[in-house]
Amino acid sequence: MFVSAEDSTPSFKGFTLILPAVSVGNVGQLAVDLIISTLNMPKVGHFHTDCLIPMVGNGPYSSLEQLSTNAEVYSHSDLKLAALQIRSPVLQNKGKLFRKLLVSWIKSSGFSRTVLLSSSHAYQRDDQQLKGPALRYLLSPALQDVGDTLRELGWAELEKVSVFPGINDSDKRHYIPGGGVTKGLYADCCAESVPLAVVLLFCSEGDNVPDAFTLTNHLNYWLHLLEKSPQGATPWKVPSSWRLLFGSGIPPLLF
Amino acid sequence: MATFFGEVLSVYSRAVEEDEYDDLEDENEEDAQIRREIEEKREVRVRWCPEVSKSVESSEQLQCSDLLIAVGPNAAGFISAYVLRPEDWTQVGWVSLWNERSRGSSRPDTAPQPGEPGCVIYRQDSCPSVLVCQSTCYIAEDQLFQWAEKVLGSMQRRSLSVTVLSDAPLTEYKTPDYLSGGDAPFLRALKTSTYASTLPCPLLEQPNIITGLPAAVLSHCQVQRIPAVLFQCFTDVIHPDSVTMETYKPILSCLGTSVKLETCPSVEMLQKLTRIHDAQSNLYT
Repeated sequence: MFVSAEDSTPSFKGFTLILPAVSVGNVGQLAVDLIISTLNMPKVGHFHTDCLIPMVGNGPYSSLEQLSTNAEVYSHSDLKLAALQIRSPVLQNKGKLFRKLLVSWIKSSGFSRTVLLSSSHAYQRDDQQLKGPALRYLLSPALQDVGDTLRELGWAELEKVSVFPGINDSDKRHYIPGGGVTKGLYADCCAESVPLAVVLLFCSEGDNVPDAFTLTNHLNYWLHLLEKSPQGATPWKVPSSWRLLFGSGIPPLLF
Repeated sequence: MATFFGEVLSVYSRAVEEDEYDDLEDENEEDAQIRREIEEKREVRVRWCPEVSKSVESSEQLQCSDLLIAVGPNAAGFISAYVLRPEDWTQVGWVSLWNERSRGSSRPDTAPQPGEPGCVIYRQDSCPSVLVCQSTCYIAEDQLFQWAEKVLGSMQRRSLSVTVLSDAPLTEYKTPDYLSGGDAPFLRALKTSTYASTLPCPLLEQPNIITGLPAAVLSHCQVQRIPAVLFQCFTDVIHPDSVTMETYKPILSCLGTSVKLETCPSVEMLQKLTRIHDAQSNLYT
């Protein structure tokens, strides 16, 4: 359920929604962090639901002392962009309900398109998926018209893999191991004719910060959220909450 | 997973759902019924004693100006030793819940006995709008949201202010500096945007986060715009101890005059709380 932070409910009509799937290496979540932090998007509300594990902390993007919760909505009205950041995993057995809540919110808010940032286990790729860059996309039938744009950028559509490899290669399906709600949400959006694009990266768990930069850069080629700097690099701003990813300081007496 | 140093660690996937199947998709009637029954069994219920339930029924919500929630052995112990004087506080209700680790619902209609894990709600006799909730039992992840909804939902939101005391091991605290044992125990606070009072301790620094019941209560209060504050005590002692409990003392100044702090805690109570674990540590005695 969306709860506005202000007294009035913000309008998302015609906006693009970016949201992560809680997936391998948290790549989608890290990428959404980068976008919110770089574009300085103000928080407009919470996505309050019992499907996510409760979690609170102090404002992740600035030193401002502001409580942040497990799912929050940020918005940038000039770019007509909204971002839903999800900071904790979906509870077991609540995946279906969570997807239903998301789809109904997306439909009622009037988003023109939704981009789901996700990732999948790199080690489970089949032969054809090993070729080329690690980026893949999937489009729901309602968003097929951007297919040409994405192909011009050199993106590849996620290949279907055999259900029974080596035995029967005619039976194929989309397979996104480690992708969390990705496949389910894609299926729901296809069924409900919601315009959804899944942008995913094959990756392994570890330090996934470079993966997040890769995914965000690719997304920027498509959506043009941020201009490149004269040096050619896109100046993404790393949020201050990314510090101490590898734990606290070490005892100085060690040395 | 093998690390850089060669040791093999069993790590859990942050994606949670390893497998692709969604067991809810092809669920038959029997599965659905079992799931419904489990859900029903795991439901969180707030039980009030007869005189309170009457007033809850008549106005549907309980009048409450200050709610103090203590989560964990040290926070609950502090409340027992420093706040809950038997002559001024009456037990008015409890939260009944069942999960793998808290099998309280064998007797869902009886309140937890003293010393037994559970969530018990007390009311101050001299000022009946002040409530204290002591939570010492394990609450499963899927019950946290419901707990906050049910407990806070049964109280009148207007003029309600929530204070949560909680404790956590020092190892959960992230800081760029090395923390030695001498620094602990210490307090950190988190507050909702509508909370206006000054705090007796620093706010929780990034990138530290809080989970569990305090997180559920704070999220609920933030969304419902109820002023709420959490005081998290980081301690390096595993069992409840009096030094850790004393850390919470400055907090009661935030509650103003509504909750009186016992300057001299009951020694008997402190001994009872901290002695529980003595019997097991008989290696050197």
